[in-house]
Amino acid sequence: MISELTRGERRLALAVLTAVATFGLALAIAGRGDILAVHGGLIMASAVILMFFVIAGFYAPEPGEERLAQYYDTPTKAGVVLAMIWGVIGMGVGDWVAWLLVYPDMTFDAAWASFGRLRPVHTSGVIFGFGGNALIATSFHVLQRTSRARLPDQFSPWFVLVGYNLFCLIAASGYLLGITQSKEYAEPEWYADLWLVVVWVVYFSIYLRTLMRRQEPHIYVANWYYMAFILVVAILHIVNNLAVPISFGSAKSYSAFSGVQDAMTQWWYGHNAVAFFLTAGFLGMMYYYLPKRAGRPVFSYRMSILGFWGITFMYMWAGSHHLHYTALPQWVQTLGMTFSIMLIVPSWMAAANALLTLNGAWHKVRDDATLRFMMLAAVFYGLSTFEGSFMSIRAVNSLSHYTDWTVGHVHAGALGWVALITFGSIYAVVPWVWKRPAMYSNKLVEVHFWLSLAGTLVYVFAMWNSGIIQGLMWRTYNEGGTLAYSFIDSLVAMRPYYIARAIGGLLFVIGAVVGLYNVWMTIREASAERADAPDAPVVPALARSLQAGE
Amino acid sequence: MIDHDTLVAFSKSYGLFYLMAMAITVVAYTFWPSNKERFEEAAKSIIDDEDTPCR
Ligand code: HEM
Repeated sequence: MISELTRGERRLALAVLTAVATFGLALAIAGRGDILAVHGGLIMASAVILMFFVIAGFYAPEPGEERLAQYYDTPTKAGVVLAMIWGVIGMGVGDWVAWLLVYPDMTFDAAWASFGRLRPVHTSGVIFGFGGNALIATSFHVLQRTSRARLPDQFSPWFVLVGYNLFCLIAASGYLLGITQSKEYAEPEWYADLWLVVVWVVYFSIYLRTLMRRQEPHIYVANWYYMAFILVVAILHIVNNLAVPISFGSAKSYSAFSGVQDAMTQWWYGHNAVAFFLTAGFLGMMYYYLPKRAGRPVFSYRMSILGFWGITFMYMWAGSHHLHYTALPQWVQTLGMTFSIMLIVPSWMAAANALLTLNGAWHKVRDDATLRFMMLAAVFYGLSTFEGSFMSIRAVNSLSHYTDWTVGHVHAGALGWVALITFGSIYAVVPWVWKRPAMYSNKLVEVHFWLSLAGTLVYVFAMWNSGIIQGLMWRTYNEGGTLAYSFIDSLVAMRPYYIARAIGGLLFVIGAVVGLYNVWMTIREASAERADAPDAPVVPALARSLQAGE
Repeated sequence: MIDHDTLVAFSKSYGLFYLMAMAITVVAYTFWPSNKERFEEAAKSIIDDEDTPCR
């Protein structure tokens, strides 16, 4: 890794790590006596460990100019492995909290093992750890291929990847320690938030710098989606996290917003996290890897553009559907509901575009589990967006809100769409960047596919049932005009579904473990082959034929 | 002084027009005849790219 950096970049790496270590030390000192000191120490320790790596490789020979004739894929490789590891951890903790809902006593009387602390480890682990790393890894890959340009330098992609994972680590460890600003999907405190802003600005700059050097006249649509993801997440993150810390020595901060404004800001953020983190970026993945794997250009490029602007502009207004029947003015709720219903149009454009691209390649879908992952993801994308539009109708939401129906919807989206498109893309990209003809075992990809499908279906059906029963029980009155069921009655009714959900989740986790193993073995094969390779330099294929349109 | 009603009136009127303008622009861009070739080229270009950069 270090040997791929130029001497100047190694120096830069050391300088940045020194700055980060100093920052960590300052936090630790200012925060002594506060839980903040733990995170100061963690930041410093991470930076110091990385410094050792850089120093150990500092005097390795510099990379030659011939590197510029190749794409720079090592950060993509690292990102894929990190995504799979975070995936197993995040989904594993998810299944843990699922069992915790079946056996609420399973907390060993320890604060860190309570539901309230473990749940955000799950949500951040899967959304940011798994999803975020997969987005970063694939975006670097797609960006280079579609621009036909190498990343602008070797250092900044590592800064983004490592810095981002440091953020994830601070987030997850903080929850276990009890550090949270209690904004859903934005739980990390002010210092972690500031750090993420720095990382994100560098991430966006890599995108711009590479695109500026691109060889293609037109920016391929996948990049638009990735850029919308990066840019809008930056805006959301900064606004929603505006807060004032108690002091620079305290982990605790207070939000700049309060009351219903706070709620609206949070759900403007929350819903657009769904839109731009969990949708736009993954649509970027879909629009590249699916046509590529199927060997067919996307069915309608125009539809992908229309869909892009529809999604970016309409999602912005949909957040208030999370606040039906609250203190939020009625017209704002109605506005959110209207935009949510309209959203079905660009969403189904994307889903239909994916499925129509496969028209004529169905035999490949049958034979190739990787492509089947992507196909099924498009189906679940269509399903969960339809469901979302439906649930945002005020009358429907009065039944679904606060119930497991929402959880069912979330996981139709998160397992069925986000995770499946990610696994499909990872299985496509791993052999590609490690220069293997195929994954270590296609059988295992097949096994993973069926485990994922079974797990998702069991999960989602359990939660749909449970949610609707819950919603109905909460609104059933007896002749006297009082509620027919107590809250405890509804909890007892949920139990069988919680068991089913935990089993479905387990299937999904096992699938992810199988996937990690398969990726790992593919990498091992690749390095074994490299060790066997004859002792001659690889000549990069510089001579390539010019094509029409260049 | 900007009060709630002013803001609401502004967002309800301005919001409507800017969204319509934006929709018209996007549809025009997407279906502009001279863009057709560029789009089709872009869709095809990812299928048969080689695995080395131009720069
Ligand atoms: C047209 C697209 C969509 C619309 C209109 C929509 C709408 C909704 C609605 C109405 C809720 C319930 C809010 C409540 O009652 O509290 C919800 C929750 C949620 N949805 Fe969607 N949804 C869409 C697509 C997706 C997708 C693709 C995902 C991907 C994972 C997703 C993830 C979530 C999550 C995580 C929540 C839970 C929020 C919470 O913590 O309360 N949604 N969505």
